Amino acid sequence: MQILKGTPVSPGIGIGEAFVLDIEEYRLPRRAVPMEQVEAEIARFETAVESVVTEIKGDIARVEASIAGENLPGIFQGHLAIVRDLVAPVIEAVKKYRFTPEHAVSKKVRTIVKQLTSNEDPTGFASRLVADFTDVEKRLMRALFGERTSARDNGRAKSVIFARDLTPSQTIALDRTRILGFVTEFGGKTSHTAILARAQGIPAVVGIENATRDVSGGDIVIVDGTKGMVIVEPDEETLRKYRALERNYVNFERRTSDEMRQQPSATADGIQIALLANIELPDEAEHARNCGAGGIGLFRTEFMFFDARNPPDEKTQFEAYRKVLRDMEGRPVTIRALDIGADKEFASGTIAPERNPFLGCRGIRYLFERMDLFRTQLRAVLRASAFGRVRIMFPMISTLDEVKQAKAILEDVREELTSEGVEFDPEIPVGIMIEVPSAAISADILCSEVDFLSIGTNDLVQYVMAVDRMNEKISSLYQPGHPSVLRLIRQVIEAGALSERPVSMCGEMSGDPLFTVPLLGFGLRSFSAMPTALPTVKKVLRSVTLEEAREVGREVLKLQDSHHVIEFLTERTRKILPEMF
Amino acid sequence: MAEITLTVQNKHGLHVRPATQLADLAGKFKSRVEIVKDGHAVAARSIIELLTLAAAHGTVLTVRAEGPDAAEAVAAVEKLFTSRFGLE
Repeated sequence: MQILKGTPVSPGIGIGEAFVLDIEEYRLPRRAVPMEQVEAEIARFETAVESVVTEIKGDIARVEASIAGENLPGIFQGHLAIVRDLVAPVIEAVKKYRFTPEHAVSKKVRTIVKQLTSNEDPTGFASRLVADFTDVEKRLMRALFGERTSARDNGRAKSVIFARDLTPSQTIALDRTRILGFVTEFGGKTSHTAILARAQGIPAVVGIENATRDVSGGDIVIVDGTKGMVIVEPDEETLRKYRALERNYVNFERRTSDEMRQQPSATADGIQIALLANIELPDEAEHARNCGAGGIGLFRTEFMFFDARNPPDEKTQFEAYRKVLRDMEGRPVTIRALDIGADKEFASGTIAPERNPFLGCRGIRYLFERMDLFRTQLRAVLRASAFGRVRIMFPMISTLDEVKQAKAILEDVREELTSEGVEFDPEIPVGIMIEVPSAAISADILCSEVDFLSIGTNDLVQYVMAVDRMNEKISSLYQPGHPSVLRLIRQVIEAGALSERPVSMCGEMSGDPLFTVPLLGFGLRSFSAMPTALPTVKKVLRSVTLEEAREVGREVLKLQDSHHVIEFLTERTRKILPEMF
Repeated sequence: MAEITLTVQNKHGLHVRPATQLADLAGKFKSRVEIVKDGHAVAARSIIELLTLAAAHGTVLTVRAEGPDAAEAVAAVEKLFTSRFGLE
């Protein structure tokens, strides 16, 4: 049994077999093969080689059938030759040093890669060769692991995913119904893996150094997403204890959700509060509705753009938006314009690396550069607005000029559609994300140009605290409870109230039951969070009167640092949600 | 023994596809064919060894063959190089 500690990012317990992604980075334990098993290990390796050869041949046939231009078959022929060339030295190493075939393959490829990368490589020639070898290695590893774990085969069994880091495209490529948990080496509470895991209610722990090294595919693991722990090959007693915990946790979630579904979302004294859902994919809308969402407060559209090799065309986008509107059955849906750059790597575009991507060309800044993408998306959103209550929102606004420019482009697209005789909602509300300090501080000014504001706390906290949210080293400084953050949030809510512009919040904070009461006290009347968080938030807000919330809001602002704020709020929330705190 | 000095003329160097062809070709001869780069010799019939040469465009290589059909082997390799492996 081995215990690994990391950052808890999505609560719950997951128990099952490990499935390790990123095999090219995988270092295998140098486990000796007992003498009498050498022949069996060699046979296992030969079977793996056969299956890889079949797999590559299959790829050659498929590629020839589908792609004409690039000579991929030729490259795969080369990979086939590499596999055949590897057989003799690997078998020799198994016999001579009694390495496992996995270790022998990994060692051989590592030697080749080392040789290839030992010289300068100005043209990138050697690094392309490295990619060829790691591709072959990956195939062999998968074939070898396949015999030791049932988690292969696109995850026939449910499994816990281990990876160094998961890109958004990798994350969505996974079959979500077969994932018991996520464990990654990188990332923080607001990384994409974390957000997605929480949205789906999948336990996740991030920031475990060497997680993919210490765990082999097929190991039994326990992911404790509440405490931030991963237990590898647990003993019987630990396993029993966690199985019981798992049942309790699932029961608590289900109970809260059942208990809250039919309850109105209002404070104890009957003030109506909007509870909306953040979604990433059109398919989540139905889930959001089942969790009691009164609408979609944030439809992140980036994922649609990661999924395809090329940016989705107007029709594809229009259909995705219309599906969400249909599934939400008349409830409002806020669509955020594409927010990429920085951490959201964009597979289909060409974003040159920046020195400071978080302070670089992202959000609306990027959209102004890519007018083609921006206009296509606006057309699709406007067209969808004929079929439901759509609101459009611009990300990463920092100045009034940007708002004006974005609106001018929107106006232009509207005229274009009108002249084409295409229907859309002429009254479509236009809002902005408040996530840059300049926008938060001057929210009263920005209000003059928009219909609503939505506070994006993930970025706001990062920018106010000057803390890169992906950097684990300084993650303790990422403090949503810091007095500066709380003051700024209150200021934005008050600015909106003075201008009679509705203010919503769509960051992680609005789904954290710890902050529900103070935010209510600051005047927030619209919370948008991942669907699974909604029942808990509802439970908390139904337990307080507005006056009590205001009192908490005043108290919390008197505290001097995040530590005291969290302590004070935890104490208070525990009374309402003893199961969670 | 036969020997010749050649330059990699393919724009993308001796990458996977040309290396595959070269290894296939070398395997057809009885002679042992070697490719030498900066004094480092590898067996031409091994794709892995060929690739580890990391012979980019413009690299000068020596082709060396030893055995009964050494001259034919070297001539065939030369032909492959000058035809740019039929790729460009």
